[in-house]
Amino acid sequence: MEINSDKESIYSSAELDCDEGLIIEEVKASSRKSIPDPDAWLDEDLKRNIILTSVDWVINWARRSSLWTAVCYPACCGMEWMASLSPRFDLSRFGMEIMRASPRQADLMITAGTLTWKMAPNVRRIYNQMPEPKWVIAMGACGISGGIFRSSYNVVPGYNKIIPVDVYVPGCPPRPEALIYGIQMLQKKINKEKVLPDLSELPNPLQKGKKE
Amino acid sequence: MTAALSAEEIISQLNDKFPGAVEEAGADSVLVKSDSLLAAAEYLKTAKGLKFDYLNYITAVDYYQYFEVVYMLTSLENNHSITLKVRCYTRDNPTVPSIRGLWQGADFQEREVYDLMGITFEGHPNLKRIFLWDGFPGHPLRKDWNQ
Repeated sequence: MEINSDKESIYSSAELDCDEGLIIEEVKASSRKSIPDPDAWLDEDLKRNIILTSVDWVINWARRSSLWTAVCYPACCGMEWMASLSPRFDLSRFGMEIMRASPRQADLMITAGTLTWKMAPNVRRIYNQMPEPKWVIAMGACGISGGIFRSSYNVVPGYNKIIPVDVYVPGCPPRPEALIYGIQMLQKKINKEKVLPDLSELPNPLQKGKKE
Repeated sequence: MTAALSAEEIISQLNDKFPGAVEEAGADSVLVKSDSLLAAAEYLKTAKGLKFDYLNYITAVDYYQYFEVVYMLTSLENNHSITLKVRCYTRDNPTVPSIRGLWQGADFQEREVYDLMGITFEGHPNLKRIFLWDGFPGHPLRKDWNQ
């Protein structure tokens, strides 16, 4: 490998170092052309102050990235839920580390545990107090179907008997990874929502209520 | 470690104090008659050398022929414990005197036994269901209860 005499002072004489130096020189040389700015046609003021996007995208982004949870942990799945909040699993990476003691500030309910009929009216009341839009994750076997207590006289066989459920996370109890995966599924679901309803699905007043 | 007192000693004391109150002498438990429960319990709580001032729990067992209510008593002062039992032989309306006046902790526990086993505690100030709701059919921990 030949090295210019005027660059001998920069590079060491070891061959590997020479190779590396030459590759870097090559990349540098080919990177002179800048990538054209797509917003180059905008005025300076506009460029700094306007983001162009769709309303759906922004609203869904805001909703899915700040899922705040209401407190509803009747049983042992709550321990696993606390573990997923802890630094090892670190749920706050997904923008939902804040637990709300007041359901008025929450938009997600993670139902971690067995629910008795005695407790059921209170859980439904908490759910009703949450403002729209709101989602529910049924966590664990008991939350999905009552689990091993399904045939008991005082256990609700699944939260979906009393409140609508969006995502089911199986396990007894589910690992924190499973819960995080469930939350990500919910985020994907939220991402598909639309602010305006699909007009073609609404009843058409011109056709006297016929939906076609 | 709390020492479990041998029942013989307490039974002899109870026999001296209340003749005929002890129904059956167990090896490590005292079975008293239902109508003398209150007197015997008060004696166990206050007598010198016994001083069972702490009620660990109340529970009930369904033996088909009779219900048995079990009281676990501990003395924090003398560090010993004893098991006290009462039986009621009727299934229709089994009744046991309430010991809530002696140990306040008996309040919720007697309500629990009433709720799940259907044993009425006479003299309890607020005897109503605690785990289930008013109108629940029957008492689910009874052996003959069916959903």
